[in-house]
Amino acid sequence: MKKTKTSKRISKAEGKRLLHQMQLIRRFEEKSAEVYTETKIRGFLHLYVGEEAVAVGVIQALDEDDYILSTYREHGHALARGMDPGAIMAEMYGKVEGCAMGRGGSMHLFDKNIHFYGGNAIVGGHLPLAVGMALASKKQGKKNVTCCFFGEGAAAEGEFHESMNLAALWDVPVLFLCENNLYAMGTALKYTHSEQQLEKKGPTYGIETATVNGMDLLEVMAATQKAVDYIRKTGKPYFLVCYTYRFRAHSMFDAELYRDKSEVEEWKKQDPILQFKKFLLEEQLITDKEIAAMEVAVEKQVQEAVDFAEKGSWEPVEDLCRYVYTETQGS
Amino acid sequence: MISFKMPSLGADMEDGTLVEWRKQPGDLLKRGDIIADVDTQKGLIEIEFFGDGVLEKQLVEEGHKVPVGTVLALIRPTGDAGELEMPEAAPKAKQEAVPTEPPTQEKKITSPPVAEEKGKRIKISPLARKIAEMQQVDISQVIGTGPEGAIVKADIEKCLVEMKMAPEKEVVDKPAEVHQQEPLQQSAIPESEAIRRAVAAAMSRSNQDIPHYYLEKRMDMSKAMAWLKEANKERTVQQRLLPVALFIKAVAKALDDVPDLNAVWENGLQRKNEINIGFVVSLRTGGIMVPAILNADTLSIDAIMACLNDIIPRARAFKLRSSELSQSTFTITSIGEGGGDKVFGVIYPPQVGIVGFGEIREEAVVHEGMIGIKPIVDVTLAADHRATDGLVGGKFMAALNKYLQNPASL
Amino acid sequence: MSKTITLTYREALKTAIREALQKDERVFLMGEDVGHYGGAFAVSKGLLKEFGPERIMDVPLSESGFTGAGIGAALAGMRPIVEIMTVNFSLLAMDQIFNNAATLLHMSGGQLNVPVVIRMGCGIGRQLAAQHSHSWEPFYAHVPGINVLAVGTHEDARGMLLSALESPDPVIIFEYTSMLNLEGDIPENAGAVDIRKAKIRREGKDLSLITYGTGVYKSLEAAEILEREGIDVEVVDLRVLRPLDEETFLASVAKTHRALLVEDAWRSVSISSEVSARIMEKAFFELDLPVERLCGVEVPIPYPKHLEDASVPQVQDIVDRVRKILRP
Repeated sequence: MKKTKTSKRISKAEGKRLLHQMQLIRRFEEKSAEVYTETKIRGFLHLYVGEEAVAVGVIQALDEDDYILSTYREHGHALARGMDPGAIMAEMYGKVEGCAMGRGGSMHLFDKNIHFYGGNAIVGGHLPLAVGMALASKKQGKKNVTCCFFGEGAAAEGEFHESMNLAALWDVPVLFLCENNLYAMGTALKYTHSEQQLEKKGPTYGIETATVNGMDLLEVMAATQKAVDYIRKTGKPYFLVCYTYRFRAHSMFDAELYRDKSEVEEWKKQDPILQFKKFLLEEQLITDKEIAAMEVAVEKQVQEAVDFAEKGSWEPVEDLCRYVYTETQGS
Repeated sequence: MISFKMPSLGADMEDGTLVEWRKQPGDLLKRGDIIADVDTQKGLIEIEFFGDGVLEKQLVEEGHKVPVGTVLALIRPTGDAGELEMPEAAPKAKQEAVPTEPPTQEKKITSPPVAEEKGKRIKISPLARKIAEMQQVDISQVIGTGPEGAIVKADIEKCLVEMKMAPEKEVVDKPAEVHQQEPLQQSAIPESEAIRRAVAAAMSRSNQDIPHYYLEKRMDMSKAMAWLKEANKERTVQQRLLPVALFIKAVAKALDDVPDLNAVWENGLQRKNEINIGFVVSLRTGGIMVPAILNADTLSIDAIMACLNDIIPRARAFKLRSSELSQSTFTITSIGEGGGDKVFGVIYPPQVGIVGFGEIREEAVVHEGMIGIKPIVDVTLAADHRATDGLVGGKFMAALNKYLQNPASL
Repeated sequence: MSKTITLTYREALKTAIREALQKDERVFLMGEDVGHYGGAFAVSKGLLKEFGPERIMDVPLSESGFTGAGIGAALAGMRPIVEIMTVNFSLLAMDQIFNNAATLLHMSGGQLNVPVVIRMGCGIGRQLAAQHSHSWEPFYAHVPGINVLAVGTHEDARGMLLSALESPDPVIIFEYTSMLNLEGDIPENAGAVDIRKAKIRREGKDLSLITYGTGVYKSLEAAEILEREGIDVEVVDLRVLRPLDEETFLASVAKTHRALLVEDAWRSVSISSEVSARIMEKAFFELDLPVERLCGVEVPIPYPKHLEDASVPQVQDIVDRVRKILRP
């Protein structure tokens, strides 16, 4: 395993695009929290604020036909993948215009067209799926990569270990992308893992492994690019651990008894958006004015998503039993 | 030992006076035997026993008024040498035979389908019950051979075979010999007054609870009268058919076409399977009784006429069986000669309709652009607007008219 | 009439797998010991040699992992046949089956199909004691989103897999290990069967024996014994435990008016609980006698033969019960 250092230069346009994505995620999440308190969104709502650099940095390194599987904290991944914010918001509203007809809600965002396979809310449960999808790609002779996001909590599940073993055993092109935000819900890493350097778990399965500072967009980009290049070249799995931190509570109903406010404040100094803005300004890839304009544009985009969701419609109750079995014509 | 109890013959019956024991200790009782006469608010009623046994002991003396459910007698069932008592109360709580009691009366239990035999619920398989209902088998008369003595399909089938072999006119048995007057003096109030009160109660309830709507239609009776005239040519005086028999049959057929009126309103509209036409009999002492012609839709007009000839005198003598009084599903009132051109009935709850026939009389009517003289009758329908709307009523009237215009089809 | 052939239940299963592999490139078999060992029950013996390791994949002992991988492969366009050696180990894969296979179509608002077929050996009768003698069909039949099949006959051993592979949705197939050596006759040209319908295995008029799995042949045998006594029972093989084909068994009850439900699974919250409830709900007025059940006795399955036999309905039990019902 190795630490990846960044020194990547990017263009003005790319810089703006990436900043825009991160800001969109940040603002979208804040808005989600707001409308949640207005009871527009119900169920669990897990926000990604603070971890934006991971989703954006990883997904920009992926191709269109790569598969992505994510967790219940997946709004950021869906947005970074290009899912329409309106469709996501409508899904969280439970409206039929949502990306999964409103059937899934916040934890189950799906869009087959952009190869976004959830929105999987059983911790660790989607890791075997990712291995299977990568296995299918291998059998089908496809060159795509399956990228599977999961948190460090999942690394304690049996399914993590089974999946690492199977992927290495079968040599399938899967990127195990661990977003280590240090807390499994409210239980710190040190209370849940005998070996807290999760990156040590990869090599025991013979899997190429790296870690990266998940608060630094450019580092995440570089590390992911390297991982993806490796996978495409070898067809083998790769384990990338991103050290990151969520600034908000685990979910909406969380008193955050498990960590000090000072700890959160300390991490906020590393806010990936602030850091990246600073970088762009220093490198003269963006101006303050442009940033201000971008913020206005993002605000508008998010408001449009909310408006879209508000205007959406409820699926008729008569349709309750749809999507349990495939509807075949005529039956 | 069976505890034979004061039956509940209607929701509004609270007690009854044991007027006369018809069976004495030691008497052998067969299913269907009249065990006693009981006087009620609605008149004198014969109380029937639904099992086989020996009357062991009378527990209530003649002349005493006791509440419903009071044990009247102990009966030892035949076949067992006297085992356990059946103390379970739940005496005559009929659940299914919704009390479709007529405006006035007495009554006595005859085959409440779910009722009990020997003071307990009859065990019967769902299939057997369904067949029994379709075939109008009185399950209290059937001996079960299934598990725990339950009646199963085979038992009903056996019973049906036996019924076919029996003489067919079971409906109106026990005719005139029951005529001897009962000691009415035992009841506190004169019978005519009791009936007056019962009518008052029922009609008040109807007027308070039931939003009536009315339809009226003048019907041409020329074909019906001609048919009757022709039919009566071959009949003896005793057999002669009256228009009312025709009306009953036509109404029954029309109800078959428009079943929503052959129903009761109890937690919503509940159609009845049988078409039992109650017809209003005025009593000479005042008040009315409404005996029913059971399954009128299946009877010939001659059979209906025979029933009328049998029932009307018995009604006037207060000698009706409870099944004739409690089972009507729809009511006819006919005002008779000189009484009125039209009669607008008051629905007998929980029924949902009553049809009234005015006097048949000759009127000038326009027919195909010509004025002519024809016998006509003004028919009215009063129906419960909770249960049906005018459209249903209209359909019924049209169907009734259709049958009266085609008497041969009846 | 086409010619019939005699083969064992095992051979019928194997023939079906072979045909499926030949027919569709997307099909592959994955499971513990399916390759080099030849299948724990020798069902896939020889197939590794015939089709190679890409299509006959041995997997490690990680039921959740490989079952999930099968589901993932199905998501991505393959037609995997996942063999979970026995139902006894399938609990380790239940998260994958219930939380993923059964829900993805729904959660995605109809976007994602999971055409995976999961076969598992199951059943009682080989003195394998409490942890290896399970009848857990009811667990699986409880869950919407999956199809659950019980292979009670040679015809179905030969045909169900092929039909299951045509399904766009997940299918669980229960195979009965106690029947593997049993010989039976099927038409030479037997193939795919209708996996939406239950099947009347024997017509009769006096009583409906409604059963599945190992209960089918037992019931047919009981029916023959009863026939000699003039009792004419109908045998309904449910076959499809989810979604239940109630039309067929309700029609049978409407004909015979009496039902005895037979299964190996424990009585409480069993398949027959459900069937009985549906009869009550939808055919109540056809019943001439109460619905009766012969189910597994509610005990972990004991090791000794005589106790094991006593734990599940046997032919004689069925015969006795029918006699008792019809001639009380």
